[in-house]
Amino acid sequence: MHITQGTFSFLPELTDEEITKQIQYALDNGWPCSVEFTDDPHPRNTYWEMWGLPMFDLSDAAGVLGEVNECRKAKPEHYIRLNAYNPNYGKQTIALSFIVQRPSDEPGFRLERTESNDRVIRYTLHPYAADKPHGQRYNGQQ
Amino acid sequence: MTPPDRLPGSGIPASRMGFGMSSPGRNAAGRGEPEENGDEEQTLPPDAEVDLAKDRAETGIDEVFNALDNDLVGLAPVKGRIREIAALLLVDRARARFGVSTSRPNLHMNFTGSPGTGKTTVAMRMADMLYRLGYLRRGHLVSVTRDDLVGQYVGHTAPKTKEVLKRAMGGVLFIDEAYYLYREDNERDYGQESIEILLQVMENQREDLVVILAGYKDRMDAFFAANPGMSSRIAHHIDFPNYTLDELEDISKLMVRAEGYCLNPEAEKTLREYLQRRKDQPRFANARSVRNAIERARLRQASRLMATDHSVGKAELITLIPEDFLGSRVFAETNGETPIE
Repeated sequence: MHITQGTFSFLPELTDEEITKQIQYALDNGWPCSVEFTDDPHPRNTYWEMWGLPMFDLSDAAGVLGEVNECRKAKPEHYIRLNAYNPNYGKQTIALSFIVQRPSDEPGFRLERTESNDRVIRYTLHPYAADKPHGQRYNGQQ
Repeated sequence: MTPPDRLPGSGIPASRMGFGMSSPGRNAAGRGEPEENGDEEQTLPPDAEVDLAKDRAETGIDEVFNALDNDLVGLAPVKGRIREIAALLLVDRARARFGVSTSRPNLHMNFTGSPGTGKTTVAMRMADMLYRLGYLRRGHLVSVTRDDLVGQYVGHTAPKTKEVLKRAMGGVLFIDEAYYLYREDNERDYGQESIEILLQVMENQREDLVVILAGYKDRMDAFFAANPGMSSRIAHHIDFPNYTLDELEDISKLMVRAEGYCLNPEAEKTLREYLQRRKDQPRFANARSVRNAIERARLRQASRLMATDHSVGKAELITLIPEDFLGSRVFAETNGETPIE
């Protein structure tokens, strides 16, 4: 199952050239970029692991794309996303965030029904990948 | 960041995107036709001709050259080399339009020269020029020294150097006093690690940045003797000559005018004599010493004016007279002590 999240989630995968243009757009707006990865695909998993510190004071996209590629090399079967942070007063939040890599095989989610009080059914999503321990999901790749 | 209403959408296959709606993402991502370089995509026929003068005018490179000529006195060999590089890049662009493939020229540089000969200033102009010629994507200058590149403990150097390199991507990385990177008396110095990362990037990411090293001639020679790999990866070794007395005088006049002052004729003579004497003293730093001399003359002029009991007019406020320079220690007959910079 093709998991989408963030900006451009309705588009096909961005090519490296397109990613470069997005990074450049962010940098031109003064938004520092950062790279994050995870192997927990749950949509409510907001806090991904950071790949290095956020990159401040950059002016060209090549440096950020270099970090994306480093992360891809080290985590070939993880989800990797790129964040751009808008530091302006009144915003101070992520302005742009999109997935730049996904595992080759994404098993998807199952729907879990929980009986609650008074025969109420509560629904939740459970990622199949999360059945395995952290670090062994997605073809056992770190 | 992922709103709940997105959840069902996560199952939509990528092939179902784009129901003919014009999404803002399409333009922002630059998908579709490449807008820029549109005319460069088409190769010119072999019998076509290109107007190099027009190309040259379009890049606005002449502004940079004029600024170089007007603002920088002397430095003839440096300006000559800069013009050569500009010509090469312009011709390469024209060749590319005919579809003649050219390897990207290696533009890493090494500026050697005494202090105050304009190495940093020229590096800044160089970044601007390379940007206008389309060699660099951004054209900013990141000026660093050893402290910014070399870490203080094991494992600290590589991330530090890489971060600086990332900041310099698309522009010029200017490493001032580059010879400090290598300490021959300590072979476990972290500087070596930094040099290796630099070399790798200089070789493999030539399209992303230009590295300019700067330092004093003798020390840089020792640095390159110890790091032959660095020397061979730098195509342009440019030596900045010391200024002659006439050039120093021109520089001082430029500086005085830029600060909104003027010299009366006697003061010009005094200034020339000052420069003559100062030049032969130790720790003479060319243009930097000239600037300091003018700064001190301004101080003396200010205290002289404050000491007067009559009111002063504009002419007095902007004129420097010989006394403002004669107060300098350079004119003191005791040559035993060196002037304070």
